[in-house]
Amino acid sequence: MTNARVIDAAETESPTARPSVIPVVAATSLRVPGRGRNAAGAPVRFSFDGRSLTGRAGDTLAAALLANGIHLVGRSFKYHRPRGILSAGCEEPNALVGTDRGKGRYEPNTRATTAEIFEGFCSTSQNCWPSLRTDVGAINDRLAPLFSAGFYYKTFMWPKSFWNKVYEPIIRGAAGLGKPPTEPDPDTYAARYAHCDLLVVGAGAAGLAAALAGARSGAKVILVDEQAEAGGWLLSEPDVTIDGRPAWVWLSDVVRILSGMPNVTVLTRTTAIGYYHQNFLGLCQRLTDHLATVPEGAPRERLWKVRARQVVLAQGAIEKPLVFAGNDRPGVMLAGAARSFLNRYGVRVGERAVVVTSHDSAWAAALDLARTGTAVPLIVDLRPTVSPDLLAEARRSGIEVMCGGTVTDTRGRLRISAVRVNPVAASGTVGEGRWVACDVLLMSGGWTPSLHLFSHTGGKLIWDEDDQIFLPGQATEACRCAGAGTGRFGLAAALADGAAAGAAAARDAGFAAKAGGFAVEGEAAMTGIACRDLPTDRDAAFAKAFVDFQNDVQAKDIRLAVREGFRSVEHIKRYTTNGMATDQGKTSNINGLQIAANALDRSAPSVGLTTFRPPYTPTTFGAFAGYNRGSLFEVTRRTPIDAWAAANGAVWEPVSLWRRARYFPKAGEDLHAAVARECRGVRASVGLFDASTLGKIEVVGPDAATFMNRLYTNAWTKLEPGRCRYGLLLGEDGFIRDDGVIGRMAHDRFHVTTSTGGAARVLNTMEDYLQTEWPELDVFLTSTTEQWAVIAVQGPNARNVIASLVEGIDLAPEAFPHMAVAEGRICGVPMRLFRVSFTGELGFEINVPARYGRAVWEAVHAAGRPYDIVPYGTETMHVLRAEKGYIVVGQDTDGTLTPDDAGLGWAVGKAKADFVGKRSLSRLDMLKPDRKQLVGLLTQDPRIVLQEGGQIVAERDGPIPRRMIGHVTSAYWSEALGRSIALAVIEGGRSLQGQTIYVPMPDTVHAATVSGMVFLDPEGQRLAA
Amino acid sequence: MLLITCPYCAAARPEIEFAYAGEAHIARPADPAALGDEAWRDYLYIRSNTRGLHVERWRHINGCGRFFNAARDTVTDKFAATYRAGDARPSALLSEGVQR
Repeated sequence: MTNARVIDAAETESPTARPSVIPVVAATSLRVPGRGRNAAGAPVRFSFDGRSLTGRAGDTLAAALLANGIHLVGRSFKYHRPRGILSAGCEEPNALVGTDRGKGRYEPNTRATTAEIFEGFCSTSQNCWPSLRTDVGAINDRLAPLFSAGFYYKTFMWPKSFWNKVYEPIIRGAAGLGKPPTEPDPDTYAARYAHCDLLVVGAGAAGLAAALAGARSGAKVILVDEQAEAGGWLLSEPDVTIDGRPAWVWLSDVVRILSGMPNVTVLTRTTAIGYYHQNFLGLCQRLTDHLATVPEGAPRERLWKVRARQVVLAQGAIEKPLVFAGNDRPGVMLAGAARSFLNRYGVRVGERAVVVTSHDSAWAAALDLARTGTAVPLIVDLRPTVSPDLLAEARRSGIEVMCGGTVTDTRGRLRISAVRVNPVAASGTVGEGRWVACDVLLMSGGWTPSLHLFSHTGGKLIWDEDDQIFLPGQATEACRCAGAGTGRFGLAAALADGAAAGAAAARDAGFAAKAGGFAVEGEAAMTGIACRDLPTDRDAAFAKAFVDFQNDVQAKDIRLAVREGFRSVEHIKRYTTNGMATDQGKTSNINGLQIAANALDRSAPSVGLTTFRPPYTPTTFGAFAGYNRGSLFEVTRRTPIDAWAAANGAVWEPVSLWRRARYFPKAGEDLHAAVARECRGVRASVGLFDASTLGKIEVVGPDAATFMNRLYTNAWTKLEPGRCRYGLLLGEDGFIRDDGVIGRMAHDRFHVTTSTGGAARVLNTMEDYLQTEWPELDVFLTSTTEQWAVIAVQGPNARNVIASLVEGIDLAPEAFPHMAVAEGRICGVPMRLFRVSFTGELGFEINVPARYGRAVWEAVHAAGRPYDIVPYGTETMHVLRAEKGYIVVGQDTDGTLTPDDAGLGWAVGKAKADFVGKRSLSRLDMLKPDRKQLVGLLTQDPRIVLQEGGQIVAERDGPIPRRMIGHVTSAYWSEALGRSIALAVIEGGRSLQGQTIYVPMPDTVHAATVSGMVFLDPEGQRLAA
Repeated sequence: MLLITCPYCAAARPEIEFAYAGEAHIARPADPAALGDEAWRDYLYIRSNTRGLHVERWRHINGCGRFFNAARDTVTDKFAATYRAGDARPSALLSEGVQR
């Protein structure tokens, strides 16, 4: 039934001669009855570009499309050339489609060769308009001479202003693949950790043998494979026997044995995406993408983070395409892929297949196809001689053979219709071509060991001159490669190598393991040669011979890059974009390297291989995010009073990890109105503020005062118990790190407060000095931030409000003055009461154990009712503190301000011999008069509130860019002053008092006068009340 | 993710339990006021930036809380040793590292 005779009309070399039309076949006839892993699979309805089609349960989308006679599935990235299915696996560069699993579950760039279909599966082609068959963008193909490597760097140079607005949007619009989904991802993603003695990556023959050897020794084994079932290449080669059993019987036996062992975990649909330090691997397990009905709440994917004592990498090998003119037409595919589609899915990829190869393995594909009803008119082998066994088998199947041949062109707009083949003489001269009709062209350029994960570890690759492949060299981790990944092609070699690697790995993990032996019969020959782009009788400079299908990189682009002076493979890659697409060059890297090495007249290893980086295949963001999304992305810290604030209409603001009440709007109030009311309430009577987020550290021990002296700028020795002091903390570089009020509770006990965001950092700094610089000091540090609820009561009536609630402390001004601290009780619960103020008003900060915070807050609120007590939020807090010139570290300072720069020179203990940062304060640069200093600003128009971060210049007019002399750090509307106020850092700012500076904005320039930092009550009378 | 052995806990723990804390064995001068500007600058800012074995500080911040020292190869990220704060640097390791 096979037809070895070449159609007459196609035999002549004439531009007008066209091969005879191949009859359209009924789709069902492409399925071979009884063949394939899913031979008994139920029919499954799916759609492609709106066409309703029937596949079979267990098909990949590629298999199902091919069964329907569809090769054309997409348009290429740059030239919009029609593209088909090249491979049958994860290396697929061409057949990328959009899949829609409904309810916002659209995914672009899914490989048709890995997507499993199910009832109702929906897919669409990409990068084409208005349709896949008629694509306007295909004009790019006609214009291809304009689009050579680096074309946009050279072409779109002028005018410069056109780049952002014209050229780049057009280029970006014309190029590309799928469109990203626009809706939030509705799926959930899981994650887990695992530990094992032996992790085996790849469940082909080598991986199965390795897992078996490890598992039988008692080692805890995890075996992963990216495909839907274990077996690897065995799934595509059913006609061999292992230990006297047909391959698939052996396979199911082994899988059953492994799955039944309690020390073995077999994970399919699980890709080892990255191999990190100390045998830590990331595995992405796909759980529901292949299901028609997803169980409610089931995660879509699960990221496994595995720490393995030993690893065996049995990733196999990837078949290389051949590089010749027209090698990208739909219908041109890898020979091994055709064999997979036939043997694994029972799908013939065409009616009439020509094979071109430099490797034995393609012959097996030709023979399998010929046996199952596909005409195979011709095998073109690039080698002058091949094994007599192969020749004999081809002859038996009636296949014509051309040894020492080449392919120089193909025809067919949306599907290959003919291939031009030429003999090559021993001298290398390419003879006359002839056209051979076909509807598929199967190619094989040999096999590339998959060493991606091995490369992730930094393991060195060694060039094998004989086979022209890279092989794994010295490993940097406890890992071994096995099987085709080590260049040991063939089933018997893979089984033996896998068993040996698995046993050795288990022994290294401490188990007594033995490698089992396997008897293999009937496997295909696996020898071949490597070649760069194929010889041709035409001008190679005009050949559309593709190396990287996904990025549309041709052999001539790589040569162009070399001619233009690129030498390093890393530079050639980036200039041509070879290997930079989503397939990461799985099919193109070695071909590109061989062509570049040839053009450079250097050996392949001296040109080098680009670095493989994780992930091995494209991985969803969801898998990486896992559970850490939405409210679980980051913790939200809440104070004990948070629930009260929520019930009373607080508008929130995030402050480090806390959520804090920003303001409490009454009906109809916006931010401005609410804050103005809150400010008036505090200054006129009394306000209530939740300050629980303040960092709090208890510094205790006989050497506590010495420790505080060494750390903070201030002097602490003479501070009496029962008194507080404003403390300033510097880095050794002399710049402000943190500040806060510190109370001395007892001779050996300090209650340190820090800024809300600085608490953890300050404690870390304290621990660092205590543990490593001054371990002789007898001090204990304890974070008490969460232990105390802090309720600030501020305003002229503050004392009146709390007086009735406080027990055991005389609140009279002379008994309990500003900056006093005492322990007592409030509402019957223990309390530390601070008389401190961040508002400039009479103020108290009530510290009570966190669990009483809410109750005490409500009691104070109730007691304040006669005084119209007003709860206020962080916004009002900021206005009130700015009116007094109190700084916020991190807002008014930025890590370049010294105490003097910030106007806090008074807080530095001049008499102290040393403290952290003191030495830096006398460095020459710290003493310059033009350092940026913190000052006040009053806008000349009092209604204008400056923008925080606004840049400051000295002159209103002048050339742009103007020199910037500072910036606005804080700016508010001051209700008390009836005008705007601001703080700013300005070069030599204190010497500019009364002078005018300018803050340019996009549409105007604001003028402001430099002032002091204290806008309200500079004498501090309200504070002392 | 690295596995780091805390010398106080005497256990290997994942990297997320630790915080890096800069180069090790840079002692704060006993009397900073006695140092010239250049010597003080060196203390503040000048670091060895080693390619190869590097001695550095880590804190077991989400574990025991202790600061300790480690010798790590900055090329391979492999830890040669970890040891307690205050212990002398492992000189045998470091002379080897210099030769790399």
